[in-house]
Amino acid sequence: MTTLQSGVPSGPIDQKWTKHRFDMKLVNPANRRKYTVIVVGTGLAGASAAASLGEMGYNVLSFCFQDSSRRAHSIAAQGGINAAKNYANDGDSVYRLFYDTVKGGDFRAREANVHRLSEVSVNIIDQCVAQGVPFAREYGGLLDNRSFGGAQVARTFYAKGQTGQQLLLGAYSAMMKEVAKGTVRLFTRREMMDVVVVDGRARGIVVRHLVTGEIESFAADAVVLATGGYGNVFYLSTNAKGCNVTATWRAHRKGAFFANPCFTQIHPTCIPVHGEYQSKLTLMSESLRNDGRVWVPKQSGDTRSPSNIPESERDYYLETRYKSFGNLVPRDIASRNAKMVCDEGRGVNGELAVYLDFADSIKRLGQSTIEARYGNLFEMYERITGEDPYSVPMKIYPAIHYTMGGLWVDYNLQSTIPGLHVIGEANFSDHGANRLGASALMQGLADGYFILPYTLGHYLATAPLDPVSSRHPEFEKCETLVRDRISQLLAIKGSRSVDSFHRELGLLVWDECGMSRSEAGLRRALDKIPEIRDEFWASVMVSGSGAELNQTLEKAGRVADFLEFAELMVTDALERNESCGGHFREESQTEEGEALRNDTDYCHVAAWAFSGDLSKPVLHKEALTFEEVPLSQRSYK
Amino acid sequence: MTKTISLTLKVWRQKSGNASGKFVTYQVPTVDVNASFLEMLDVLNEQLLLKGEDPIAFDHDCREGICGMCGAVVNGQPHGPQRKTTMCQLHMRQFQDGDTITIEPYRARALPVLRDLVVDRSAFDRVVQSGGYVSVKTGQAPDANAILIPKQDADLAMDAAQCIGCAACVAACPNASAMLFVSAKVSHFALLPQGQPERQNRVLEMLATMDRERFGNCSNEYQCGAACPKGISVSNIARMNRDYLSSKMRLS
Repeated sequence: MTTLQSGVPSGPIDQKWTKHRFDMKLVNPANRRKYTVIVVGTGLAGASAAASLGEMGYNVLSFCFQDSSRRAHSIAAQGGINAAKNYANDGDSVYRLFYDTVKGGDFRAREANVHRLSEVSVNIIDQCVAQGVPFAREYGGLLDNRSFGGAQVARTFYAKGQTGQQLLLGAYSAMMKEVAKGTVRLFTRREMMDVVVVDGRARGIVVRHLVTGEIESFAADAVVLATGGYGNVFYLSTNAKGCNVTATWRAHRKGAFFANPCFTQIHPTCIPVHGEYQSKLTLMSESLRNDGRVWVPKQSGDTRSPSNIPESERDYYLETRYKSFGNLVPRDIASRNAKMVCDEGRGVNGELAVYLDFADSIKRLGQSTIEARYGNLFEMYERITGEDPYSVPMKIYPAIHYTMGGLWVDYNLQSTIPGLHVIGEANFSDHGANRLGASALMQGLADGYFILPYTLGHYLATAPLDPVSSRHPEFEKCETLVRDRISQLLAIKGSRSVDSFHRELGLLVWDECGMSRSEAGLRRALDKIPEIRDEFWASVMVSGSGAELNQTLEKAGRVADFLEFAELMVTDALERNESCGGHFREESQTEEGEALRNDTDYCHVAAWAFSGDLSKPVLHKEALTFEEVPLSQRSYK
Repeated sequence: MTKTISLTLKVWRQKSGNASGKFVTYQVPTVDVNASFLEMLDVLNEQLLLKGEDPIAFDHDCREGICGMCGAVVNGQPHGPQRKTTMCQLHMRQFQDGDTITIEPYRARALPVLRDLVVDRSAFDRVVQSGGYVSVKTGQAPDANAILIPKQDADLAMDAAQCIGCAACVAACPNASAMLFVSAKVSHFALLPQGQPERQNRVLEMLATMDRERFGNCSNEYQCGAACPKGISVSNIARMNRDYLSSKMRLS
């Protein structure tokens, strides 16, 4: 049995990373070009890692399934990126960002990792500005900040409502600079089909060329997965359509433990579902809660138009229940409250929607200020819904947005497969059971620019790495399995579309493993998922061949993996009989209906090993200790 | 009550880059007006699939107008009729019952068709590789507030930096020029102090790559600006031309 060694260094929390950086072995600059590193995924984490490793002199191979590495879904992040700069002079510090993140994560993250994240947050802003990222500025020419949920300071840097885009383009351009120099080689339109493990170490990947269908092998000295989260297991989510669990799931099947898969984040402010044909949900940035007020009618069945509902008959439920944080409570709390008021029948027109109202802010600040802050979001809202949010309050409802769970990694960001490192949303380590707003961009870039480049060097310097070529029998074996699976999918020629299975799975996990989870519901899901999976393999329809651009085949492979992964996610949710962060178990709540943690039994990371039997994963636990931020029930009242 | 419309689609079908293509007509009854354009294609594709036909291949990913992956020519206009709107954000309420909609891929020498509506835009990446960056390595940066940037410059740079690299500008241009794309990147850096040290080389190299990639040149048609889903201004092209001229003179 593998024991989980987090490898957190000893010493005071604020010196661990500094000490560790000195203790780690280095690779001599002249030797770095002898090492090949594969980076899968080109979002913030993957692009920043590939660029940084290339700059250091490693030979980097970068892969993405999109047509350009600039399109990874980090690009869609709207609101901002946190950093403990304290430019706002409002009492922020590395320690406060650390404290807020541990508390916001409901005490299910690793303290040492979070502190390191907070330490490097300040370097990220410096780096991005130097790259030319056009962050918002004040008239004096200095950087502007705003505040986000779960914090009482303004530490969020932003570029209009397109912060993710600008940060990603920064990392992308840094990577393109390395491509031009030849240190990074770019492989676009490639889907990772498997990790190749040789003598117990990750030594390469097998990919499918999405235009030609060719199955290709690439060998390396280390593999880095930066392949994002698994939110699309719910079918409808704010993720891009292509986001998938395949890379991390395939790695899991090869021996990488999957940690806390039940920790999924439901974002409170998304445009509500409006039809069966719907293919995705659209987020409205959390930053809107700085100036928008959330409310529903006090009476259920009140179908008057919002302008006809007087103040006294409106329930600004977040402001009333959470006096100190108001509309800026963390995401899990805002989402659950929206569900509660809608379940009481008080949603807009009895539907699953609440108002996000800017009327007061427009009156106070003027429409032009609101337009400058959120103009592009308002335009997007209008295009999708056909309603003008300057005159009618937005209608919003929670939707799946981010996944805190991911492959288990140690302090060096290495998974349980030596040589396989996992960064960004794809790992589990920094956000615990709930991620605070504007922290995903921070973590992705922290991992890629400032953490992995050190820890990966240590691995390369210390691991015994015999030369391995892509003609090694393990690669051939892997390629054969990949080809067989594709042939199997193509041979079914059934009567149901891939999307119909994905929708069925998504609805099931949304109902039973979404904002609220119960033992009975989770057991129902566990019964049903294998049935859907069997039905999929018996009656899915995939047209065309494997030797061409075949988007149905791409989707089928991804959905097949979601159908396996979903069972693990639900198993984890059932096993964790406590409420924490985004994981709300109905059996575990306070009298006021708030999440009730159980630190006696669940103050650990649940890291699951693949056993060969999808229904019988093996649980390993990494105990979490809180030496700095004492365990306490979160309160945002 | 949901409103639906009935449409006739003429869609460009082409098996692969080497195959010849043709328009195929499809009837799509009962399209929900609240559906997005891509969701309308999803519904059609599902029907094709279950009939045993190949679904229409089209690129897309975020479906919220920011990744730049989607895009095709709809009724003669890249991304369709709605101004400043990507194809994924175009909604069916923009169309009338009984409309015929023609959908074809971007057509440009530099953007070869891979299948149906999917084109190869890797030329854009190569243009960026030739200079679309600031040469700063991780760790070399000074404190973020050590670089003062007047708000109006930062805002203008941001306006240019919003480009999503979708290539609608190329598709709209009668010369299939990439001037709007290249000038947006050049302007983004030209407007910022961080971009100054490499300013001259950047504009020369990026334009040389643009030519090498077989994009056409600019003849001031301004179709690009009209088609741009992010509203990138053609004034960026003027700025780039000035930069090009002065760089050429200084370096020669």
